[in-house]
Amino acid sequence: MANLPLAVTSSALRPPRGLAARLDVPRRVTLIAAGLVVLLVGLLLAFIGWNGIQIFTATGASLTDVFAPIWSPSSTPARFGILPFVFGTLGVMVVAALIAAPLSIGLAIFMAEVAPPWARSITRPAMEVFVGIPSVVYGFLGLTILVPFLRDNFRGIGFTLGFSWFAGSLVLALMILPTIASIAYDTLITIPADLRSGSLALGTTRWQTIRHILLPAAKTGLLTAVILGMMRAAGEALAVQMVIGNRPTIPTSLTAPMTTLTSQITLDMGNTVSGEPWNQVLWTMGLVLLLMSFTFVVIVRALGRRASQP
Amino acid sequence: MTTLRRTLLADRIATAILWAIAIFVVAILLAIIAHFLLAAVGTLGPAFLFGDPSESSVGGIGPVLWNSVYMLVLTLLITVPLGTLGGIYMAEYAGEGQITNIIRFCQELISSVPSIVVGLFGLALFVNATHWSYTALGGALALTVFNLPLMSRLAEQAIRAVPDDERSGSLALGSTKWQTIVHVVLPIAIPGLVTAVILTAGRIFGEAAALLFTAGVSTPTHYDFGNLNLTDPRSPWSPFHTATTLSVYIWKINSEGLGDFVRQLADASAAVLVLLVLVFNLGARALGRLLQRRVTGA
Repeated sequence: MANLPLAVTSSALRPPRGLAARLDVPRRVTLIAAGLVVLLVGLLLAFIGWNGIQIFTATGASLTDVFAPIWSPSSTPARFGILPFVFGTLGVMVVAALIAAPLSIGLAIFMAEVAPPWARSITRPAMEVFVGIPSVVYGFLGLTILVPFLRDNFRGIGFTLGFSWFAGSLVLALMILPTIASIAYDTLITIPADLRSGSLALGTTRWQTIRHILLPAAKTGLLTAVILGMMRAAGEALAVQMVIGNRPTIPTSLTAPMTTLTSQITLDMGNTVSGEPWNQVLWTMGLVLLLMSFTFVVIVRALGRRASQP
Repeated sequence: MTTLRRTLLADRIATAILWAIAIFVVAILLAIIAHFLLAAVGTLGPAFLFGDPSESSVGGIGPVLWNSVYMLVLTLLITVPLGTLGGIYMAEYAGEGQITNIIRFCQELISSVPSIVVGLFGLALFVNATHWSYTALGGALALTVFNLPLMSRLAEQAIRAVPDDERSGSLALGSTKWQTIVHVVLPIAIPGLVTAVILTAGRIFGEAAALLFTAGVSTPTHYDFGNLNLTDPRSPWSPFHTATTLSVYIWKINSEGLGDFVRQLADASAAVLVLLVLVFNLGARALGRLLQRRVTGA
């Protein structure tokens, strides 16, 4: 009894040499696949960043040359102020959000609170199809239907061309509507049912419950939905370019043509030669867009953290 | 009493407005789909779908449709294996930690990048740095950039949805973690993975801005499918051929606007694109449900 060969048993049970490392191979391989995205962010920043600062480092322009209101790249001396584009991008983004936010949040409330099952079984798949429609199709619809419509019927109030700030915003609003609605809907259905029944038990109407209980509870999530929609609007290129008129000046009214960062890159990239200032400033515009979208992500994350706090 | 009446009235009005919004939005969607069906009804046919583009008449969209499919397959060949592996890591191995946080943050960053900026990135890396010029491979790699995080996230969700009992059962029989993932978890996750692939595919099919400066915008005139030399940029089978896709083509013909037939061509091309994306979306749902039934045996 006293002579049980304990040491021998445990060494026989010890796994063979290298087994632990072999078992760890799948974890390492999948980690590399998942980590690729970190490499991609690095490469994006490096390539867009490097090309984006050439106008300053190689050509010697100053920040005030580039962030200026006059764009006239073929005059002498050439002027490369990108403020009209920055204004355009922010302008269509804000107006599109103002149009789309009430409609899409209303739609989300409808799907989450009001719709009977048969109506929900129509609206939800419809949203998914809507999200999937390619943006170039929205641009095409804007170009062939909206722009002529504005020109023919509203020439009197300033739509002399049809191509305008408003047309761009409306096309974008239609494009981001399903995006905002889906995310807002996801937020609304995660609100605990207790809040709803508690309020209704006090004798409130459905609308009172929605307005005073559900909307305040979902505030942060709804804001996130709108910001994600705005992010999509700011980054859209072709749909906007087709309807906005592409005039590189800061517009004085919603009916006037204007242009955006994305539109100008789309139009000019193919017509300029690598190394010339005109081309360099297009990369700077790309860098501005990249930093803008990263800022949005940081804002959305901050909102998410606030929402998860009790 | 008046307050009560006003409250009830407000409830009625709000309900009516919410209904009106929903009907309005669904009506817009139906109008868009109907518009394209009607606009395309005279043009759509084999001659249009498979014919060569023409300078003087409506012609066909055969080569650009080919490019769209080619680009889709090429992108999926790169994106699906990498994205699924990434999803496996995030769902099965990643715990709470610094590495997981960084990967997640980077996924969100990439998803937020405007596609035109991805196009610029592709131009710098896959066109200029590699000296490939405009190629299908360059376009596919650019598309991979922002579809990889999407595929990875969708795969992660599909794998996470597999119940833990399945894993415990397999591990209790003495299989390793990797054996469990490959033989137990992935088969159960297949319906979700298939849906993920099709949703990614729909996005790849519709993308245009990222391809302008990577895959090119020149209209292909005629493709010689007998040319199977994969290194010849003139062969439609080669990853190094200039590959204008259907989405890019729609943008291009609209921005050039030559001739009376262009409107008809643009309408029909857009109709094909919308219908294909519709088929992708509905197909994803149907196939997902079908596979679900097969796997669960319900």
